[in-house]
Parts: sequence; structure tokens; C-alpha cells
Amino acid sequence: MSILVVAEQRDGKLNRASLETIAAAQQLGAEIVVAVCGVNVGGVAAELAAVQVKEVVTVEHAALEAYSPDGFTAALQDAIGQLSPAYVLLPHTYQTRDFAPKLAARMDRAILTDVTAVKMGGAEPAFVRPMFQGKLSAEVVPVGAAPHFVTFQIGAFRADQAATGAAAAPVRALAVTVEASAIRQKSEPPFQQAKQAVDLSQAERIVSVGRGIKEQTNIQIAENLAKAIGAEIAASRPICDAGWLPMERQVGSSGQTVAPKLYLALGISGAIQHLVGMKGANTIVAINKDPDAPIFEVADYGIVGDLFEIVPAIIEAVKS
Amino acid sequence: MKIAVCIKQVPTREWQPRLDDSKTWIREGDASFEMNEPDAYALEEALRLKEKHSGEVVVCSAGPARVAQVIREALARGADRAIHVEDDALASADAFTTSAALAAAMNDEKFDLVLTGLQSDDQGFAQVGVIMAEKLGVPHATIIMEVQADAGTLRVKKELEGGWFQWVSMPLPAVLTIQSGINQLRYATLKGIMAAKKKEIRKAAALSGLSPRQRIVALSTPEKGKKTQIIGGSPAEAAKELVRKLRDEARVL
Repeated sequence: MSILVVAEQRDGKLNRASLETIAAAQQLGAEIVVAVCGVNVGGVAAELAAVQVKEVVTVEHAALEAYSPDGFTAALQDAIGQLSPAYVLLPHTYQTRDFAPKLAARMDRAILTDVTAVKMGGAEPAFVRPMFQGKLSAEVVPVGAAPHFVTFQIGAFRADQAATGAAAAPVRALAVTVEASAIRQKSEPPFQQAKQAVDLSQAERIVSVGRGIKEQTNIQIAENLAKAIGAEIAASRPICDAGWLPMERQVGSSGQTVAPKLYLALGISGAIQHLVGMKGANTIVAINKDPDAPIFEVADYGIVGDLFEIVPAIIEAVKS
Repeated sequence: MKIAVCIKQVPTREWQPRLDDSKTWIREGDASFEMNEPDAYALEEALRLKEKHSGEVVVCSAGPARVAQVIREALARGADRAIHVEDDALASADAFTTSAALAAAMNDEKFDLVLTGLQSDDQGFAQVGVIMAEKLGVPHATIIMEVQADAGTLRVKKELEGGWFQWVSMPLPAVLTIQSGINQLRYATLKGIMAAKKKEIRKAAALSGLSPRQRIVALSTPEKGKKTQIIGGSPAEAAKELVRKLRDEARVL
């Protein structure tokens, strides 16, 4: 059984999430081929060849220089046809989310997204994925003919768990056909909205607020706590969407990724988009009125209750 | 501009999940439902585009009879009419089935633009918009934070990871998946609610012979990755104990 991992790169720089997907692939089977699409991807291919895989294939084409879902779908459909894998595995990045469902639909094959674990031992491997905002966990199996597409949640597997090979894996170029005229999207260069004035990734302590804060005026309560313990203030996406705190203070997949010594989550339920941005924190404290909130799954310390009573009490306790 | 907005009805955020007897789906009888949040932003964006360019907003939803609730809400907020692909099996359908059901019901309408949320708060596939684009044979872009539509072309601001963005252009018709926070939502007015009662909801049958491309074999409450110490007592006691633990055990204060 062969497994194709589609690695992701931008401007010749490997997305580390690709290594996490290779770690997942190594759990699933031994015969792993890694494909990397773009132009001038030789450096990335060499980096990937250090990992314990059967081979690395470069899928280079002028039409793939700038990413587009049409271009990547055409190139990978061709590559998959040539390699005939049983599984096609990808990191669940924004880019994967943009083209992989299209590719699977074009080939009429199953695609399981946002997978966090592989369960072996049954008649066929089952894949674990969150549902209902992480309140439930599902084991799912693909239905229909191979290849089956699976995308892995960022951080579910560790890049440093990808076993390295005794010798570098062979690298070969795979020629694919892409009709440049069939690419309908034209992209402009990526940009950052505003200079990130606040670098939360360097913060030692962070007090972060979620929907449970209820009103903009209540942000002050969290700011008082942040001041008392020498922390930066941050928030989950809905708070920044509402304009209660600036976007640059957002933690999560669309905001900043942080790894402070202390992360205090106030009224944050813990949707996966938030957890991926903060689960690397050393010590996580969750204060939430809902004992079943997913945030408690990653917290070291939890208090179930009303943050409007608990936070002032913490400020009091810190001062005494 | 003729715009379709695909919306899904999902359990509310406050809902506490309970499983049905099969342990592969939820007990729907216990759940209360609401409009999937990213879809609400897609609807708002469609209404704003209509206000700017004139035209029509048609709300489309695939699901059992209960989804009429969110269809009515969308009509009350300003959508002109609706298409409801009604089938009980769509309640727990995978993204292939949902996209095929919607695309089949929408195909003859020849929409200029199809908007939907980037993913649903229930199964969270993040696939339906992209698969629909493939089935309708039109280009797409995902995770959109701004839409500029003009004379047959579309320029949209895509959100990338880590605070980066990118403008992408493509011809119409097209499908976009909309990110939460792209705009400020409006609420239904009493006048809107009254007007909605007279608006057309076209019922369509789901395609027969669709086979899902994935199956849930088990559903459960997630295992805790960490051992969380839950600190009890009154707010004052719990706060005091937390601060002690953060100072003495974790040594982070």
C-alpha cells in the first residue's frame, strides 16, 4: 500500500506542517512518497529527502509558480494518476482547504479533513476528527475507491516525530500537464494588513478573552488582571471580529501563534481554530462557566464558574 | 447580480451534545438549532452586494424540514426567496452529498455568484463551497475577507495564515467561502419578519442514488489530552488556590 504525502512550500520554504503529515503517514504505512509542487523546489525536496520515505517527487511547472486551486488540482490529479497511491495525505492548511476538496471531487474520491489521529487495528484504518466545535470526537472511514484523501490538523502530530532515514531518499522529477489557460484565478502578492505592533509570540504571560466576556466594556476586567500579573492581553477571533480588541491581538489559526509560560483563557470555549494558536503554552489556565468546554481538554488548571466573580478574586489574591 | 447564499442549520453554541442509540450521531430531539455563523456572514455580504449592484439574493439550504427556521430568518434579514432541498438524510450528510444536493437544485438558476461560510460549526468539513464550485464548473476562492464585484469580474481578499492576506481575481460566475468577521451582521426587523412570510420557498427533492464518501463509525466525548486540575470552592477560595498553584507548582507567577 503506497501513501502519497503532498508537502507544502512557499517561495522555496517548506511548511513544517508537511513534516507533521509525514509523521502521520509513517503511522499508517511504510511506503511513503512525498510530492512537492511549484517551481525551483529542489531545496525543499532535498530537505524532505532526509526523512524516512521511499522517494520524493518534484512536481514542477511554470503554471505552478503562484499557487492557484485550478493549477494545483490539475497538476496533482496528473501526479496521482501516475503514482496510484492508496492514500493522499496533506496538512490541513488554508492552502489545502482551498484545493484538496476540489481535487477529491474531481476524482470522485473520499476526503476526510482536520484529522487528529489514526486508529489502526480494525479491518481498515479509521481516522479521528473533531466535530461540533470539538465537543465530540468522531471516528470516520472513507467510502468508495482509493485513493482516499486525508488532511491532518496542524499540531496533531509532531514534526520532530517524523523518523529520518539512514540515507537520503531519492528525488525524482515528475512531469505533469497543466493548461495555463485553464487557471481562472489570478493572485497578487501576499501582504500583511498592518505592521504587527504587538508580538504576542514573545509574551511570557497572556490573558486571553473569548465570547464569555459578553460585552466590550467587560474587557477592562481582563485588562486589570493582565496588569496585575504583567501579562499581554489577547483574544479569540469573535472578540476581534466584533472590534472589541484589535485584530493584532488575536490568537489562533488566523492570528498569532503563541507559546507563553502562562496562558489564562477567560470565557474561551476552545474552538480548534483557537487551540492551534495557544496549545504550545507551558501552563494553561481556563476559566469558563461550561464544564464541558473543549478548552478544559488542554488546560492544566481549570475553574468552572463565573469569570466576573473569579477574575476580581484572582486580582485580589495576586495582590495579597 | 443574482447571488445564491448557501446556509446550514447547526446546533446552538450552548447545546450540550448527547448521542443517539447508534452512537454514530447526536440526539437531534435534544438539540436547539441556529444559523451556522460563517453562513450568516455570507448572507450579510450577499445583501450588501445586492444593495450596491441591485439584483437578487436567493438563500439555499439542504436539510430536513427543521431547516425552514434558518431559511425564514434569512428571508427576514432581506433575502428575496429560498430553495430548500428537503430530505431527512441530509441532517448528517457528508460534504459530497450536501454539495451535490445543493448544486443540482441551483444549477438551472445560473447564479452569478454563490457565497457560503468557510465551514460549518457541526461537522466542520470545510469542503462544501469548494466541491460545489467543482460541480457547478466555476472558479472559487476560500476564506474571504473582502469582496469587490464589478462587470463580470471579481476581486477578493483571501485570508492566509498568521495575519497575511492576498487579493485574487477571477471571472464570474464563481463560488466564495466567507470568513466570519468580514462585515457586521444585521438583525431582522419586524417589517422584515412580516415580509418574509410572503416570500417564496421552493422545495426541491434531494438527488436519488447519492452515496456518501465517508461514514462515522463512532462518536464520543473527546479524551482529555492533559490531566486538568479543576479547582473548586467559592470564587475567592478557587482564586486563592489557583494563584498559589501558579506560584508554587507551575512557577509562572
